[in-house]
Amino acid sequence: MTPADNTKDNPLVAKARRIKALVKKEVREMVRDPSSIAMGVVLPVILILLFGYGLSLDVTNVKVAVILEAPSPDVTELVSGFQISPYFDAQFLTSMPRAQELMLNREVDGIVLVRSDAARNLAIEDVQVQVVVNGTDANHARIVQGYAQGAIGQWAARRAAEGHTVNVGPVTVDDRLWFNEANDSHYFLVPGLIVLVMTLIGAFLTAMVMAREWERGTLEAIFVTPVRVDEILLGKIIPYFAQGMVGLVLCLFAAKFLFHVPIRGSVWLLAGTSMLYLLVALSIGLVISSLTKNQFVASQVTLLVTFLPAMMLSGFLFDIRSMPTPVRLLTYALPARYYVALLQTLFLAGDVWGVVLPNAAALAGMAIALLLLTRLVTQKKLA
Amino acid sequence: MSTPVLVGRDIHKTFRRGTGETVQALDGVSIQADRGTLTALVGPDGAGKTTLIRLACGLMTADKGELKVLDIEVAADPQQIQSRVGYMPQRFGLYEDLTVQENLNLYADLHGVAGEEREKRYPQLMEMTALGPFKDWLAGRLSGGMQQKLGLACALVLAPELLVLDEPTVGVDPLSRRELWEIILKLVNQQSLSVLLSTSYMDEAERCGHVVVLYNGKVLAQGRPEEVSKLAVGRTFLADPPAGQKARGLQARFLDDPNVTDAVPEGGQVRLVRKDAAVTVAGMVPTQARFEDGFMVLLRQAVGERAVSGSMKVDHPPAGHDGEVVVEVRDLVRMFGKFTAVDHVSFDVRRGEIFGLLGPNGAGKTTTFRMLCGLLTVTGGTLKVAGADLRRAGASARRRIGYVAQKFSLYGQLSVAENLGFFASAYGLRGGRKRQRIEWALQQFELKSLARLPSGQLPGGFKQRLAMATALLHEPETLFLDEPTSGADPLARREFWRRITALAEQGVTVIITTHFMEEAEYCDRVAIMDAGRILAQGTPAEIRQRAKSEPGRHATMEDAFIAIVEESRRREPADKARAGGAA
Amino acid sequence: MLESILRIIALTRKELLAVLKDPRARFSLLVPPILQCLIFGYAASYDLNDVPYAVLDQDHSAASHDLLAGLDGSGVFHRVANLNSVENLKTYINESRALLVIQIGQDFERRLRSGQSADIQLIADGRNSNTAGTATLYVGTIVDAFNANWRSLHGQPGLTVQIINRAWYNPNLETRWAMIPALIGTLTMLQTLLLTAMSVAREREQGTFDQLLVTPFHPVEIMAGKALPCMLIGAVQATNILLVAWLWFRIPFAGSLLTLYTGLILFLLAAVGIGLFVSSIAATMQQALLYSFLVMIPFMLLSGLATPVSSMPISVQYFTLINPLRYAIEIAQRVYLEGAGLGRLMPDLWPMTIIATVTLSAASWMFRHRLE
Repeated sequence: MTPADNTKDNPLVAKARRIKALVKKEVREMVRDPSSIAMGVVLPVILILLFGYGLSLDVTNVKVAVILEAPSPDVTELVSGFQISPYFDAQFLTSMPRAQELMLNREVDGIVLVRSDAARNLAIEDVQVQVVVNGTDANHARIVQGYAQGAIGQWAARRAAEGHTVNVGPVTVDDRLWFNEANDSHYFLVPGLIVLVMTLIGAFLTAMVMAREWERGTLEAIFVTPVRVDEILLGKIIPYFAQGMVGLVLCLFAAKFLFHVPIRGSVWLLAGTSMLYLLVALSIGLVISSLTKNQFVASQVTLLVTFLPAMMLSGFLFDIRSMPTPVRLLTYALPARYYVALLQTLFLAGDVWGVVLPNAAALAGMAIALLLLTRLVTQKKLA
Repeated sequence: MSTPVLVGRDIHKTFRRGTGETVQALDGVSIQADRGTLTALVGPDGAGKTTLIRLACGLMTADKGELKVLDIEVAADPQQIQSRVGYMPQRFGLYEDLTVQENLNLYADLHGVAGEEREKRYPQLMEMTALGPFKDWLAGRLSGGMQQKLGLACALVLAPELLVLDEPTVGVDPLSRRELWEIILKLVNQQSLSVLLSTSYMDEAERCGHVVVLYNGKVLAQGRPEEVSKLAVGRTFLADPPAGQKARGLQARFLDDPNVTDAVPEGGQVRLVRKDAAVTVAGMVPTQARFEDGFMVLLRQAVGERAVSGSMKVDHPPAGHDGEVVVEVRDLVRMFGKFTAVDHVSFDVRRGEIFGLLGPNGAGKTTTFRMLCGLLTVTGGTLKVAGADLRRAGASARRRIGYVAQKFSLYGQLSVAENLGFFASAYGLRGGRKRQRIEWALQQFELKSLARLPSGQLPGGFKQRLAMATALLHEPETLFLDEPTSGADPLARREFWRRITALAEQGVTVIITTHFMEEAEYCDRVAIMDAGRILAQGTPAEIRQRAKSEPGRHATMEDAFIAIVEESRRREPADKARAGGAA
Repeated sequence: MLESILRIIALTRKELLAVLKDPRARFSLLVPPILQCLIFGYAASYDLNDVPYAVLDQDHSAASHDLLAGLDGSGVFHRVANLNSVENLKTYINESRALLVIQIGQDFERRLRSGQSADIQLIADGRNSNTAGTATLYVGTIVDAFNANWRSLHGQPGLTVQIINRAWYNPNLETRWAMIPALIGTLTMLQTLLLTAMSVAREREQGTFDQLLVTPFHPVEIMAGKALPCMLIGAVQATNILLVAWLWFRIPFAGSLLTLYTGLILFLLAAVGIGLFVSSIAATMQQALLYSFLVMIPFMLLSGLATPVSSMPISVQYFTLINPLRYAIEIAQRVYLEGAGLGRLMPDLWPMTIIATVTLSAASWMFRHRLE
């Protein structure tokens, strides 16, 4: 064999060929390796099912004990509001200690106590209704309080319609919920799910796979070829980008057809901004794996730096504005925060350019910076 | 006069290990490799061979010194070198989830070998490596030897000016080793290919055009192999053990003798290298010096004067008489699904014997071993160790055996003393007895000064000592050793065998597996395994007789192994490539 | 018997030494849980304390100013804009510049003074409907206060119904009070599960597992020797988080430590059982990691940590019956906030005992039969 003249080819043609070869190799490995499939397909599907069917912040069928200290037709009407309300599952008791016992045993979540002078009061003075809730789950408790207020307000409206003057006022609030009239928590949980799945595939899976190549020594052999660092990186980014997009389509499909979350914005914008986030996540995964070169450490760091913040600090579950200032400032550095804002708006509100442009720009900036960082940190060197 | 392919001057390279300590991998190394020559870096594990090779390929940068490959400064333009050199790293660099063809295509694409050129070259490569019929096999399923050849093909796909191979023959069966060498030599001789490789096999070094002997990051010698062998000329002898004494016993005596540089059993005799040349002693016949002899001289010089320590005193020699059968194996079978890893194996081991299971990786020796130790269930057949089936046996039977696993299996975080303490407790030693035994171990294995060091930081030879110490704390009657010398340098290996010899002399039965054929010489009896079957069983002398000997050269165990395996494979053409898995 | 116990103690000691001597392990056992506890504690809250809102006040009367003053002075709301058109209103909500907008009509004060009821419009951004609902509730409370004040000043014909809200155990309804005790279970389970699963896998990869099996150690003893140190470390971590809750976040502890630790021990047994089961299936450390995650993530999401179990569909609620974390969270919260005793906690304690028994038995079976 005589030494080849490998410079025959146009360098661009050669580069394209190398990238194609690396992408082919990566796809084959992805398909033939069960742990990649588990992480890239099974886990997202599990998450989709959990978020769609398992998680919910909506409260229905709240078990309450309703106590009329002295039953009378007027008071009965007052509390019948609780009986007919779909939000409550009411049982009627006569004594407070018994109701308290039920609360202690967690058999009811709330107690509605209408004071014994209510019957006399109805004609003349104020009625006092005590609503006691279990404060352990504060969010749940507030929702129950809200429902109780609603039930009593409706009773007042009915009384007024019958001609009695009843005031739950004088000021009344007519509240309207934009973008989520059904008040369905899935409307914001499912977009949050998309962030998690993109983070999982983009950062976590990529970090593990790249770290594994470092550990197995296969990178060592390809380093001693004409291949350049950016080609190796592209060889990883392209296939996992594609897998991320497949994951996105899966999520969108599930959102629209399984969970009936509306998509009011442009699907193209949705796809475009998702691509930006995916690039950011991929870069983070590659940076972490290049720095750690160890699967175990890479997975822990990625989890800590991308997945957990995406869940807790991105704003899809817990409101960012209400966090203490240092934590709030921290969220500005999180790509997930911008992506959540984009998703919530594009899904539920539509193409609001005042939200889309600044957040997309932030993601684009992060993508460019992180891609450059990846290139800097990955070198054809073993030590 | 063409320029050399590689020139290095005063190269230094240090590493920081994960544990924080710094390692001086290369300490002022200057070397040269010429065009059209087969240059070998020879030395034990940890000598710096892999580091040097990685530096040459631009995978690392030296701390100090110059390095030029193909007339290019490595530090200045590593990419140029990486585009022109064919490289095969230690673990072959193959993607296990890709087929043979896909791996080859990948490297061809990366090197820009396409179209016409590819069509011309592929058949040549396939013919050279005999991998044609296995094109669509997943690389992970090939046998070690075939993976090696595939790695070589991938490195040659670009028809490089320089071929760099990092320990290409490690862990592979002797047959494949020989085949690989034939390929390499043909390339060098017929096509004037320049080759740089590293090896720890002395017999391979002898066949090269130029050798560089490395030890602890320093070059001990450089030149043609004969120049190294010359160092032992006039000092090398063969001695016969007196009647009734075993070769290894005589070898042990020689090792204890400060006038002897090296001694090793060979073909029933003992080959020794003395410090002084002029003395003739009765019973010793001068013989031609080999590369290994010269190497040992160099090594001894580098390490300094120190008698090979290693004699061992056993406090309570096991009861029982010689000739009593301690291990009995009959028709042992082990299947993994449809794959037969161990195929009707039978043998006996008697008290006080050293019994060796020899064979390449994948032969089934470790599987057999694990069944003997009770780590694996038996699919068929029977086995008894000291009268019990260890799989089902309770603590008392297990206390009678000691085991040293292949990777030494020590708890790296724990200190030497803590490791000893733990294993002592595991075997039920308590109080005064425990203290006494630990003291014994620290003394006998010269670990006292290192007692507080985390075992992960011990240098290689000491890890081996600690591993053996933990296996002997409870004074077992039978010792099982699984590839205990892999990766150790020749001095450590001599020392290790010195200890084993001493143990066997005091009545401990030793069962050992190894892929170093020449270590069979230390054993009383050996069984040669391949593809799950015992191909031959008997004393080393009996096995050697089955070799086809060339005139003027004594048959070695390796020759015998190759002859036996070739014969058996001719008789039963089972598929040469066995799926990976059990070993 | 005695020998067996001594061996287990030796193994426990070895495990603890191996873990504690590694500075990286020490770090990752102590620091991340406390960090996570702090971040979760501060960030993970459904309570609002900074709600940006805008006002379209078409009345500009004393009454409307009074009402708005109530909002501004609440400490929860802060006004970002006084709007002057409905168009602006839409922009502010759409662009998330305000979480809600209040529109007060022209005839607000007039209607109040004439004894009629006056309506104000509240528009909330429902992109996170939970946050919107909470904000709406806060507005409602402030309006109630305004109403009570107005009535006491101006009298009111007709009848008013007064609602008095009271919350047990957590009077100010702070999410954090329940979230952090819940973290005692969650973070402990995460760490304990990972630690247990990896410890066997690591020994297998290092080769020391074979060494152990050859010694007089019985597989069940090995299991016990791995379980004990992990439980000890888990207990220490739980205590750390408890201290953070008590000393840093100053959440008052209402119950008995004995009860809490009893529940904790049962929980640790269950967690360790799962970890050992995972480790007996995993051949490599990477697999151990993967399987642990596949188990942890559904358990964490479906435990009542972030979303209540009662809101889940019935079929999913049945699934949570086998989730030890669900019981751990309930026990921690009930002991910490309610001061519940062992008697009341029975419905949580006995399922965990069953889970622990099942997982430990399964793990022990696997250890004995599937070691190859």
